[in-house]
Amino acid sequence: MRNALSIHNAQAVRIADCPALTLEAFTEAVVREVPGRARLAALLATPWPDGSMHLLAVLADVADETLSLLSCPVGTHYPSLTPVVTQAHWFEREIAEVWGIRPLGHPWLKPIRFQASAAGNQGPPIGVTDFFHMQGEEVHEVAVGPVHAGVIEPGHFRFQCHGETVYHLEISLGYQHRGVERALRGGPDRRTRHYIETLAGDTTIGHATAWCRAMEWLAGARVSPRAMAIRGIAAELERLANHIGDLGALAGDVGYLPTLSYCGRIRGDALNMTALICGNRFGRGLLLPGGVTQDIDSGLAQTLLGRLDALESDTRGAVELMFRAPSVLSRFEGVGTVSAATARDIGLVGPAARACGLEVDVRQNFPYGIYRFAYIPVCTWAGGDCFARAYVRWLEVQRSIEFLREQLRRLPGGAVQMPTGGLPPDMLTVSLSEGWRGEIVHVAMTDGRGAFRLYKVIDPSFHNWFGLACALRNQQISDFPLCNKSFNLSYCGHDL
Amino acid sequence: MLDVWLTRLKQKHRTMAYPDGPAPELPPRFAGRPVLAAGECGESCRECIAVCPTAAVQAGTTGLRLDMGRCLFCRACEQACRRQVIAFGPDHRLAAGQREDLIVTAASPAVAPARHAPAERLFKRSFKLRQVSAGGCNACEADANVLGTLAWDMGRFGIQFVASPRHADGLLVTGPITRNMRLALEKTYEAVPAPKVVIAVGACAVSGGGYAGHPEQCDGAASVLPVDLFIPGCPPHPLTILDGLLRFIGRIAEAPGP
Repeated sequence: MRNALSIHNAQAVRIADCPALTLEAFTEAVVREVPGRARLAALLATPWPDGSMHLLAVLADVADETLSLLSCPVGTHYPSLTPVVTQAHWFEREIAEVWGIRPLGHPWLKPIRFQASAAGNQGPPIGVTDFFHMQGEEVHEVAVGPVHAGVIEPGHFRFQCHGETVYHLEISLGYQHRGVERALRGGPDRRTRHYIETLAGDTTIGHATAWCRAMEWLAGARVSPRAMAIRGIAAELERLANHIGDLGALAGDVGYLPTLSYCGRIRGDALNMTALICGNRFGRGLLLPGGVTQDIDSGLAQTLLGRLDALESDTRGAVELMFRAPSVLSRFEGVGTVSAATARDIGLVGPAARACGLEVDVRQNFPYGIYRFAYIPVCTWAGGDCFARAYVRWLEVQRSIEFLREQLRRLPGGAVQMPTGGLPPDMLTVSLSEGWRGEIVHVAMTDGRGAFRLYKVIDPSFHNWFGLACALRNQQISDFPLCNKSFNLSYCGHDL
Repeated sequence: MLDVWLTRLKQKHRTMAYPDGPAPELPPRFAGRPVLAAGECGESCRECIAVCPTAAVQAGTTGLRLDMGRCLFCRACEQACRRQVIAFGPDHRLAAGQREDLIVTAASPAVAPARHAPAERLFKRSFKLRQVSAGGCNACEADANVLGTLAWDMGRFGIQFVASPRHADGLLVTGPITRNMRLALEKTYEAVPAPKVVIAVGACAVSGGGYAGHPEQCDGAASVLPVDLFIPGCPPHPLTILDGLLRFIGRIAEAPGP
């Protein structure tokens, strides 16, 4: 692409090599590419080495497997991209909240996390803001949260209803904001790994993979094929555990208890396989820049293969039972539909996007680590409804099991850990991985001393929360729990 | 309908025998209760203290002290120690009724007391909890939630997570208590009818954990509410949480025999 620096996944470049465009050229390039040819993987503001503030856009071009970096200096305001590029809307609200840079003409500019700005200015108290409001005598508003009915993270949902029908759902988050990105700046330090592993605790491996690869490419370190394979095994076990848990929870939300019960237990079996590898059910402490901390010897591989067989048979029984039940199908089909066009416009990622027929999967589009050698087909299903989101998960469970079996049977050789050096000054990298919810993006920039000038995290939930809002339009409000579970997004991964 | 029954037969009965039978086997690489060896630390060696992300390891007047309430169980101290003074053992029983009992020294008893006499009297056979996540990363939440699955089935003990604080006997709190959740947590606590208890689960809820010191949070539940049971870990294993709950309401002995 003209005017852009094209890199492959996690390739480190000098910040100085990133061409600085004029604001007009920057805007023109983003508008030209998104959403037709590319998706906006990241849009952020950051301090630049010359002391100014810059906008930085990362465009993910699926067709030619490149990430294009665009940057331009920015002052206190700029013309908003959102009126033309819908998927910029959440990013621009974040930029305004954190850096005080106003996107002029943004249609709905308000905080996304109710956090203090980088300069330390505290905005309004959480939830104290305008909400979309529908007028009419018979219109009513339903407010839910932050504390929900289940064992679940906090968030606030505002429904505009006429009778049982939801005309609009507005999602207001920030309750889990604990200052992770702010604390990551100036690192890496002894807490960095913990911050990364708890960005979203159910996606420890997904985020740790993106972080490790960012660190390795910045430092010019290498990773052995064996360590790559073990990372892949951990990542697919994480996907298995969460997808199986979600399938059970979806069954529970339509009152189909057998699958709920079985999948709840089988999810634990997958977590326990991760614990066999590293001692922790969520994979804490397993990944480290340069490789992994624990090896899988042949005895452990055999044990895991045996458990995988049992898990596959149990899951198949539990899930196929659900998909054969007409009462389940009639509650899944045609509920919470997101069209492929909407999904593309708002930049959905992960299983939610693949359930709209979009072939977006970082493992295929921007292959990294073991996925450069082991092919996992992209699972899609056209439909965009709760059934499609459930069924894509089931397809992915089966593909992940095949991958795990293949890797555990013939683990490549090599040391599990290789040495890594310190980080060089004034470098930039964009590292992508496919977490179980979808595309994870980490943007790391170092300062003149090799410390993090910026460490930006974009959890898949950042893109997908708005997808849930779209899915609820013209739905019965009683279908909200089902729709919500069919996305199962992260609050802490969004709030950071 | 027939396939429902066939699947049911194939999935078998899976609820664990614990606590009447043996506890489920924990993985060999599991990091349980830390054990400190007496003395033997070189005077100048402070490497375990230097690597700890949360200042959980400190030098006391009579040797090292490891605060399980701050500990992330990352094993960095164990790996840094050249004399094998610190080791993470296999014991899952970490819960304690008193915050200071989470501090492990070479002289600490193997298990800290967790029994709560009023809770035993009132809640031994029916204990309903409202869970509140206040900045948790969803790992503590997930491993608390798993106790409701049929493998653990904490309903056997009359323990259940309920939807409304009005139906609850207490709160089970996770996360460091973000500033943005503080008011909601306080309101939820007020909505629970007295007598009520508060249980802090995970390093974040006990001490702020990996976020301790951040201005965006409150360094744990005890800074906002009176806490009656502390269950450390990052996240605590479901067995650690269940053990804490059962000892708290007096359903199992504090230190079962060998």
